Amino acid sequence: MSLRRGERAIEVLLFLCALASVGTTAGIIAVLAVETFAFFGEVSIVEFLTGTEWTPLFATKHFGVLPLLLGTTVVSVIALVVAVPTGLLSAIYLSEYAPERVRRVVKPVLEILAGVPTVVYGYFALTFVTPLLQQWLPGLSGFNALSPGIVMGLMILPLVSSLSEDAMRAVPRGLREGAYALGATRMQTALQVVVPAAFSGITAAVILAASRAIGETMIVAIAAGQQPRFTANPFVPIETMTAYIVQVSLGDTPQGTLEYRTIFAVGMLLFLMTFALNLLSSWLRARFREEYN
Amino acid sequence: MTTDVRPLPPTLSTIVRAGAQAAETAPVKIDVRDLNFYYGQKRALDGISMAIHANRVTAFIGPSGCGKSTFLRTLNRMNDIIPGARVEGAVRIDDHDAYGSGVDVVSLRRQVGMVFQKSNPFPKSIFENVAYGLRINNLTRSKAEMAERVEESLRAAAIWDEVKDRLHESALALSGGQQQRLCIARALAIRPDILLMDEPASALDPIATQRIEELVYDLKKAYTIVIVTHNMQQAARVSDYTAFFWLGRLVEYGRTDRIFTAPAEKLTEDYVTGRCG
Repeated sequence: MSLRRGERAIEVLLFLCALASVGTTAGIIAVLAVETFAFFGEVSIVEFLTGTEWTPLFATKHFGVLPLLLGTTVVSVIALVVAVPTGLLSAIYLSEYAPERVRRVVKPVLEILAGVPTVVYGYFALTFVTPLLQQWLPGLSGFNALSPGIVMGLMILPLVSSLSEDAMRAVPRGLREGAYALGATRMQTALQVVVPAAFSGITAAVILAASRAIGETMIVAIAAGQQPRFTANPFVPIETMTAYIVQVSLGDTPQGTLEYRTIFAVGMLLFLMTFALNLLSSWLRARFREEYN
Repeated sequence: MTTDVRPLPPTLSTIVRAGAQAAETAPVKIDVRDLNFYYGQKRALDGISMAIHANRVTAFIGPSGCGKSTFLRTLNRMNDIIPGARVEGAVRIDDHDAYGSGVDVVSLRRQVGMVFQKSNPFPKSIFENVAYGLRINNLTRSKAEMAERVEESLRAAAIWDEVKDRLHESALALSGGQQQRLCIARALAIRPDILLMDEPASALDPIATQRIEELVYDLKKAYTIVIVTHNMQQAARVSDYTAFFWLGRLVEYGRTDRIFTAPAEKLTEDYVTGRCG
């Protein structure tokens, strides 16, 4: 009987632990929602979503979020351009070509890249990649979207390759054999049979990587600049949504002011974007699992 | 293509008599000499020698793990993709060494088609499944020719009538039996001479199994067929020759009627009568 009571206590304890993280998330969403609501009491939501000037900290305030959104988009797109082809090719190598011994070493090493603190990536972008790029592109500013975009691509590459590789390895061996039996080469089998069969899993990996890129903060805060500009030019300083939030949080903006509330509105938008992408990604992965189980 | 359904004969002995028409010796298509096969250190096949005849159905029987599937897969070098696998001895197909140094595995596999135990259609449309082998081997010159070859293959695999109105739907929507016939059509599309079938009906219900068996019977006019089966009645029904494998060795090989009615080896007799295995 006392044993049973012990079991019950453990169960309650475990439940409370699980509740803590759910509760925290709910709390964050609540705070975001309340502050965002207050913000839109003073600023029109139409201006926020369609304005092309973002100057909440200036004397003449404009609250158009598009420059921040565009900055985030430009950096993320550059990151994906770097990470998706490289990540996919390395996944094909690991899943279809690499001998088991090589795979067992390379995959964990690749995943260690994901464990490097992002602040290190940020300084790597600012002090190494940007000067390197400036040798080839003389017009490149010290702060720009290109360099952090590339470095962010390297950061999310392990995510793309590791998850894509998982998806490709989940493709039944029988499908590969079917292709080989028809006279397909390894590359034909990989590109024409395995990748299409793993397509939803690979797409989920890419979307998750995109969501990570959008939410990434340190790299852009350090190397992209703090100038919200409505431009797709990757050579000039810009500001992303995350970098703006850092700028205001670290500055001397008084709490409760309109300027202060902007970060909750921007944060809410950021949250909705990554949340939607994560949902899409997990939906795709669930669908993928169904296909082959 | 016959569509009449042959009734399932009641006992083994009547089946064997019905299949006893293969009295002649057809030319040798595949000649195997002293074949050993290893997975790493483990020897899976031990000194296999046999001659497989053209335009005949040869069945491989034996208990699970006896090496019959492994042997089948040495004939189109499918085992090449398994790490640590090693082959000794000779496999000659049409008197060409299948394991010779200059052999192109891709063209070997075009000559020796294969159907697997578990149907494995690609996650593409029905049409694209059959067209895939034609595409990668550049076997057709025009779209019309490809459509023709696809239809021809689907007809040969006795599935055309069931799928002709939905060629561009996903192959994964077909039933298990239809998927397996689609895989046969896919293998036939590249016009191999030899068709290897690894327990092609083991996952199917009796009706679907019967259709596959009828198909095998029809296909031997044009192909040399080697079929692995767990089902002794199936071996007796569809094959002209039967090889009995036990623990990686070929115990007995001969005309199917003789293997089932007058086996030379005690082990074969015990197995085909169900006393062991």
